[in-house]
Amino acid sequence: MKAAVIVFPASNCDRDAKVALTEMTGKAPAMVWHQDSDLPDVDLVVIPGGFSYGDYLRCGAMASQSPVMRAVKAHAEKGGAVLGICNGFQVLTESHLLPGALMRNAGLKFVCKPVTLKVEETQSAFTCGYNNGQSVVFPVAHGEGNYYADDATLDRLEGEGRVVFRYAANPNGSARDIAGILSEKRNVLGMMPHPERVVDGATGGTDGRALFKSLIETLS
Amino acid sequence: MKARVFVTLKNGVLDPQGKAIGHALNGLGFPQVGEVRQGKLIELEIAGSDADKARADIKAMCEKLLANTVIEKYEIELK
Repeated sequence: MKAAVIVFPASNCDRDAKVALTEMTGKAPAMVWHQDSDLPDVDLVVIPGGFSYGDYLRCGAMASQSPVMRAVKAHAEKGGAVLGICNGFQVLTESHLLPGALMRNAGLKFVCKPVTLKVEETQSAFTCGYNNGQSVVFPVAHGEGNYYADDATLDRLEGEGRVVFRYAANPNGSARDIAGILSEKRNVLGMMPHPERVVDGATGGTDGRALFKSLIETLS
Repeated sequence: MKARVFVTLKNGVLDPQGKAIGHALNGLGFPQVGEVRQGKLIELEIAGSDADKARADIKAMCEKLLANTVIEKYEIELK
């Protein structure tokens, strides 16, 4: 599986994503600067966590307008896999690659801690290596992870099996405890928790490995 | 021309910051304060003198960038 990681000014999990992808796939991903208008030929694009453009205007709003996002949209439209983590999830909703929006945490505080998630959906390239209903622990680190969508959209997401991860104990006020969702074609995943930070037992855990393994098995 | 764009959360969208401001005002001795909603004010300088065109252009700016219409609404004021 060939992967690329998009780098915006003030991305800060781009290197975590690079380390995780290198560890899992055996080769370093391409690091693509936000001003580039072309993507290399890859199977997976990762939009990493951080504070792209200093969270100016709204989290992810400026990044969604950057030249590289046109290429990411084209990649997604062709059915290419896109994984948006944390700020990457915010960029994906601002780019309308995923429905809804991420709002200020209900408790107004930045939440930085490991959280338990339930894997709700294993029919996806991202989660086929997990068991349905499995509990996993991923870290979260965000101030604006409160997922919002209108009831009709939430019903559709649930009805179509597009809610992939749910919080066991909701840390941010997200609608229906949603932590991660898929696009209609199931090739784009946005999630607030960080799977790339749990691929090495020496630094936090290994529950994220299955997500990358799923992608490698499906996309290679 | 000068324009002001007010971006606020749509009705029904929870505003935790507005809520916190309301609680703080109540705590400061203003019990008459009920619901508080907060938003953004964006001031723009626009070249040209055609107000209708400016309004249409600003509407496009709101839809493309200034507001996230999934959760926010906007009002445009021209001077």
